[in-house]
Amino acid sequence: MSFVRTFARVAVLVFCCAVAAPASGQPPEPQDEFKPVGNSPAPEQIPAAPLLIGAYIVVLAGLFAYIVSLSRRLSAVQHDVERLEGDLKRKGRG
Amino acid sequence: MPKWFSPAAILCGLMFVVSPVLIANAPDESAMGMVYKIYYYHMPSAWMFLLAPLVCGVSSALFLARGRDADDRRAWAAAELTVLFGALTLITGPLWARRAWGTWWVWDARLTSSLVGWMIGWAYLILRRYGGPGSDKLAAGVALFGAVNVPFIYISVNYWRTIHPPTTVVPRLPVSMGVPLWFCVFAFLLLFILLMTMRLRLEAARARLDALYVALDE
Repeated sequence: MSFVRTFARVAVLVFCCAVAAPASGQPPEPQDEFKPVGNSPAPEQIPAAPLLIGAYIVVLAGLFAYIVSLSRRLSAVQHDVERLEGDLKRKGRG
Repeated sequence: MPKWFSPAAILCGLMFVVSPVLIANAPDESAMGMVYKIYYYHMPSAWMFLLAPLVCGVSSALFLARGRDADDRRAWAAAELTVLFGALTLITGPLWARRAWGTWWVWDARLTSSLVGWMIGWAYLILRRYGGPGSDKLAAGVALFGAVNVPFIYISVNYWRTIHPPTTVVPRLPVSMGVPLWFCVFAFLLLFILLMTMRLRLEAARARLDALYVALDE
């Protein structure tokens, strides 16, 4: 069930982003290349820092959570393997 | 774990520690400003999100052709990474778009096909989990669709021009922006290899566990 809960949480988060209403009417033209900023700073209508920090936190926290989950699953299965191998050895002797 | 795993894990950890320093020292983009720096994690995540379904699809095709369990295990591991890196891509993208485009999401070919690719990854995992006997081959068929979707995701921005930047921005990046980007790409690639190795190890341990249960019952 935790698998389903995880799926539901991530799906809701992504769909919330997907269906959110546009903040401005017409989206800007696409950029063909990225250029470093010159002397004139870019306009800051929407604060960039919370979005930037949020993005990095999401990536690092997501990766960390997955590594922890994977390590826990791996150690649990390896523990079961060792236990069963011990049982088999005892059964072989008995 | 193989001998190279621990040194590679330490190197990968160091790269993720150093990457924010490189990103902080990189210049802001002229039109988007500081929020452009989401790109340094968004794009490597997106590339791993493209790599994972390719590995899953090729492994699934091999599994369908040869029937070897090792191919099936590799496909399952890659499907999980498809969902992981897909989630990171689909969350960081809208955070960037909110500031750069003024909207969280647009239903263009790139974003929609990426969402479809991510859903195919979930479909694979749900099939494996709840599909019952025979779900391995059914899931392998689904993985083929996921792999076929990858080139479509990649070229979509070049054929259907939208507000999403085309693929040509990467080779045109100046050195001050290119160095941190490629550093992050290698960090994510190394992480991808490490996670695949761990996930394959888990599948091998599960196979061993199943064999032990059978041996114990006999």
